[in-house]
Amino acid sequence: MTQAGTFAVAALQGDEAVAEAVRQCDVDVVAAYPITPQTIIVEKLAEFVADGRFSGEFIPVESEHSALSACVGAAATGARVFTATSSQGLAYMHEMLYNASGMRLPIVMAVANRALSAPLVLNADHGDMMGSRDSGWIQVYGENVEEVYDRTIQLFKLSEDPRVMLPSTINFEGFIISHDKERVRLLDEGAIRRFLGRPAPKHRIDPKTPLTFGAIANPDNYFEFKMQQAEAMKNTLAVFNEVEEEFESFSGRRYGAVNSYNTDGADRVVVANGCSAGTMRAAARALNAGGEKVGVLTIRLYRPFPAEEVVANLRRAKSVITMDRSFSLGAPSGPISEDVKSVLKGAGLGAPVMSVVYGIGGRDLSVDDGKKIFEMAKDENSFRATQMLYGVKG
Amino acid sequence: MYQQVKGLKELPLQEPLSPGHRLCPGCGASIVVREVLLAAPSDTVVVNATGCLEVSTALYGYSAWNRPWIHSAFENAAAVASGIDAGFKALARRGEGEEHPIVVFGGDGGTYDIGIQALSGAMERGHRFLYVCYDNEAYMNTGIQRSGGTPRGAWTTTTQAGSARAGKTEAKKDLMAIVVAHHVPYAATASISHWRDLMNKVRKALSMDGPTFLHVMAPCMRGWRFDGAKTVRMSRLAVETRTFPLYEVEGGVYRITVPVPSPKPAEEFLKAQGRYSHLFLPQNAAELETVKREIEGNYIRLEKMSQLTGQIFGSAASQQP
Repeated sequence: MTQAGTFAVAALQGDEAVAEAVRQCDVDVVAAYPITPQTIIVEKLAEFVADGRFSGEFIPVESEHSALSACVGAAATGARVFTATSSQGLAYMHEMLYNASGMRLPIVMAVANRALSAPLVLNADHGDMMGSRDSGWIQVYGENVEEVYDRTIQLFKLSEDPRVMLPSTINFEGFIISHDKERVRLLDEGAIRRFLGRPAPKHRIDPKTPLTFGAIANPDNYFEFKMQQAEAMKNTLAVFNEVEEEFESFSGRRYGAVNSYNTDGADRVVVANGCSAGTMRAAARALNAGGEKVGVLTIRLYRPFPAEEVVANLRRAKSVITMDRSFSLGAPSGPISEDVKSVLKGAGLGAPVMSVVYGIGGRDLSVDDGKKIFEMAKDENSFRATQMLYGVKG
Repeated sequence: MYQQVKGLKELPLQEPLSPGHRLCPGCGASIVVREVLLAAPSDTVVVNATGCLEVSTALYGYSAWNRPWIHSAFENAAAVASGIDAGFKALARRGEGEEHPIVVFGGDGGTYDIGIQALSGAMERGHRFLYVCYDNEAYMNTGIQRSGGTPRGAWTTTTQAGSARAGKTEAKKDLMAIVVAHHVPYAATASISHWRDLMNKVRKALSMDGPTFLHVMAPCMRGWRFDGAKTVRMSRLAVETRTFPLYEVEGGVYRITVPVPSPKPAEEFLKAQGRYSHLFLPQNAAELETVKREIEGNYIRLEKMSQLTGQIFGSAASQQP
């Protein structure tokens, strides 16, 4: 067993790291379709197949819709199943997302986040996953390659837990993380497989016990099916911590559902997800060095929403700055902002919230931008805008 | 190789599709399912596209299926079957499961139209499954709307017959030709009226290692406008008038399995159904002629294809279904 601190170190792109995790996790079936910026995952897995390093079945499907449909069929046999996509591909899967979660199939999917067409763009924002926000999938956002690698491994354990049995996504921004080569401390394959065990679903396609999967439900039952999914989402919060604890025991690495940087005692706290959280921490560090009191709360687990932890970390904030890398057109504010406002209100907290929308279609956010955003939060007028568009021209 | 079905007494007593389901009395689809699954091994796994068959057999709390059965969406049955095939293979390699025969049921809407991409992909990739299209020639589940499988001249609620139009003005898509173009090991048409022919085609298909296809006519009394007591007779008339020829394509070789040397007039089949009644109005005489010409042309084409492909590929591949 790998001891904490002793690792094989590799330089991997985000996509390569996901593929390596999938290989190490002893996945039975991968069904995927190429789409930029996720394609490297599919290519890498095909390379593993050709080299005899991946012993599962690789289905090079003719579309993303069929990718997730094949995953549904494979997961129903009790196999461990993985797919990956981006943007248009995720949108094309949309129907099947609800199907996979409603049928309680623990499929794991990597989403290299990319903005949606039109106009067509290849670069990152979270609009693809946020468009499927309510599809019943667990959503985790990573901010660097190693975290994305670790989460991919953890998600199989989380999704396959009998208290959960929900599909999950590891989200990471296209190109920024998918194509960025970083140092990754790879974990021991044996340790990963001992950590995961084998999937053991209560129900699977088996002629010895002929079960009916995917029945039609009328209004007298449909609501209860959804209620059970919501219960599973609730359970996920607790199981998530257990999985992290067990993962930490052999890897020495733990991330949390949220990450708190200097939130205690800060007068302005940013709430962000994905790679911009790191950018905002760098900005906060620089400002803190100059005597300002600012902090950053990173949302790592977005669905289910870790409401209690978010409230606990924002309880003493004088003002809150939410940062959405997705544009909810016509809405009062972005999805993260809506969630944060909702839990603050529910907890009786009255801190004003500045709702920033940034980075749309892959527009960069620098540390200087981060400092400017903190600066803007000194002006109470900034809190009046419904969605403050940061970095837009004109 | 496979065991030929010779008589009814050889068939299992247990019904794969239990009585008590909610399909209409005289539903062709339920007879298709019954004949297919009575011929298939008892460990067969069923995949179902959304449609009449699905909504009427698996209303939560009840299930008519004495087989493992999965439904997921309308357009993806073949893709779901791909995943099951891959799952079985991966688990069997680990010693954690076994491979089982997979039979997919999709209607004409789920096969000719919305599901054709998933079917095409799954056939091209070579997964092992038998896809059965039960063709009732329209979207019957949503209330008789045209599909790519609706024949020329037929009335549906979206191809109405009036003074300006006489039902569907386009030809029925040649689904078998599309399937055969994928070079699948075996594809055949079948009719519930010729049950032995159908069952042996099922057995032959399931004996092949790869994707196979069965196109079965499934008369719909609601959509075709006929008495539900005459479903099997309607299917037989389709064969006897050469409207629905029974043939198979194995290794590229075409063979008509139920030759119809002296066909009944097509009118006998067409007149028996309300959906064609407008074709017999004087102003639609030309349209009726087109329908008849196409029926005859298709049969002659299949005869010629049988001769031609037999000469090219040899008749060794052909055998009694």
